[in-house]
Amino acid sequence: MSERVAGVIAQFEDPAALLKAAERVRDEGYKKFDCHSPFPIHGMDQAMGERRSPLGWIVGGIAVIATLAGAGMQWWTNGVDYQFVISGKPFVSYQAYLPVTFAVAVLTSAFVSTFGMMALNGLPRWHHPLFESEQFKKVTDDGFLVSIEATDRKFNVEQTSAFLELIGGTNVEVITCD
Amino acid sequence: MDAVTAEKTHVDAPLIQGNPTFHDVSEKISSLIEGKTPPLWFIAIGLSSSIVLLLLGSVGYLLWEGLGIWGLQNPNGWGWAIVNFVFWVGIGHAGTLISAILFLLRQKWRTSINRFAEAMTLFAVICAGLFPAIHVGRIWLIYWIFPYPTQYLSMWPNFRSPLLWDAFAVGTYFTVSCLFWYVGLIPDLATLRDRATTKIRKVLFGIFALGWRGGNKQWKHYELAYLLLAGLSTPLVLSVHSIVSTDFAVSIIPGWHTTIFPPYFVAGAIFSGFAMVMTLGIITRKIFGLEDYITIRHLENMNKIMLLTGMMVGYAYGCEFFIAWYSGNEFERFAFINRAFGPYWWAYWSMISCNVLVPQLFWFKKLRRSIPVMFVASIFINIGMWFERFVIVITSLSRDFLPSSWDYYRPTIFDVTTFIGTFGLFLTLFLLFVRFLPVIAMAEVKGVLPQADPHHHDTH
Repeated sequence: MSERVAGVIAQFEDPAALLKAAERVRDEGYKKFDCHSPFPIHGMDQAMGERRSPLGWIVGGIAVIATLAGAGMQWWTNGVDYQFVISGKPFVSYQAYLPVTFAVAVLTSAFVSTFGMMALNGLPRWHHPLFESEQFKKVTDDGFLVSIEATDRKFNVEQTSAFLELIGGTNVEVITCD
Repeated sequence: MDAVTAEKTHVDAPLIQGNPTFHDVSEKISSLIEGKTPPLWFIAIGLSSSIVLLLLGSVGYLLWEGLGIWGLQNPNGWGWAIVNFVFWVGIGHAGTLISAILFLLRQKWRTSINRFAEAMTLFAVICAGLFPAIHVGRIWLIYWIFPYPTQYLSMWPNFRSPLLWDAFAVGTYFTVSCLFWYVGLIPDLATLRDRATTKIRKVLFGIFALGWRGGNKQWKHYELAYLLLAGLSTPLVLSVHSIVSTDFAVSIIPGWHTTIFPPYFVAGAIFSGFAMVMTLGIITRKIFGLEDYITIRHLENMNKIMLLTGMMVGYAYGCEFFIAWYSGNEFERFAFINRAFGPYWWAYWSMISCNVLVPQLFWFKKLRRSIPVMFVASIFINIGMWFERFVIVITSLSRDFLPSSWDYYRPTIFDVTTFIGTFGLFLTLFLLFVRFLPVIAMAEVKGVLPQADPHHHDTH
């Protein structure tokens, strides 16, 4: 069995240290790295040089389509395909169609927000090389870690490990996978 | 800074007391799930699941025998089932308000109470949804409410009917609340996955945590998704009970046909929901020793919201009376005089005492911060809010336009057992939740601790 290097991780003291480390890693020119923390840290996107998530535009776009689809469904079913008189209400009544149109739009948007987030994050992904590391388990408790992936153009096991140590990382660990 | 000094210096007390570290938070909340099951839990779930049997029996008999086993008659085509439906849907609203509106308003104190308030929302909506479902009579045909193409029916549902709006509104509410709750749970499930010592926990928490790695590249999308879900749930706080109120307001029955109904229902829903969060919160806090997480400051804030919304429903009660008089419509006038002084006077005055008088206690800081006072008050408010729905549904229906059709509505034993049964269902689900899932959002609580701010040690 041959093992290949998947990346390098290092621990940092607290949110402030992680934020500073992120800036250093970014300035060094790494692209495929991530900063892991038990909760989102304010200002981290900027420190890592991350762009804003496109999820809002995706949800917004689909919400418009869902609104039209919700309204269209009612217009076609009650106004065109099967007309029947109830309390003298008009067949096509935008006032009466509003609640269901709204519900369809909100429901669709909520699904897109949830599953869109999962898709952008590559979830579910039950196996990941990082889970091989015992110290990585601290991330969901009180650990602040930087991970740099081996697929990064600048990556070199010795140099990257030394760099992480240089910027204050402790417990530098090389992650391997089969 | 402790609570006493904070009090003296008029600075807000810290959100979480006892200065816990990040690890302390995971330890405390996870230990509730990982530790040995307390004997009290077994006793409680034994009791509550027995009450679920009562519910199953009552519903089973209803399906076998038909709606005749309830106290429904002419003109009271809607009885306790609809009262209970509106009651339970209303309870759910506090959870959504806490998780969505308070999030958008950056009210950081919500982090201690949002998880169990959201869980409570889901369980309350399950109890609520049961009633209209079994009220349709032939529950095995309930899928007819959905607009699905079929040759068998060869027709479509009536989208101009408030009852159909209601099905869509409540269905959407439940689904969106589920998604919001689950998204909030993902980082905490990952915490439990990484702490897991037994095989079954490793597998189950592992599956549901979806492989969460807590990297900022994930948090970036996650935070936006959470914000979007909060934004989507915010109109639901206002719309769901507004649409429920149109079940009444769109009809022409005196006492129902009013434009004040949507805002009045929403205020009442938030009022009753907070009362239920308070009742359950005080019990959970006490049993699990969560005093440092759910502090007096949290409870006091909730009491302030109850005072506000209680005043709003009080205003609505007064306004309804005024408009009934001012409208000059004799049926409308009669409906309201009949509410307060007719055969159901006892329900009306129970409602007024519990919903208008009881919250006035919260004007006083001492009472607002006293746990026994708020516990008892929250129970009275829940009773009062049930009576509010009873007053609305029953007094209007039992005496409408034509005196010859008037009748006095009496529930049967099956109305009572079904309603009590839903409390069993609600409590059983809640007990399962507190035993197997984190009652407090760990990742969110860690995020509001002072040391979570990267500029915590900077001197400005």
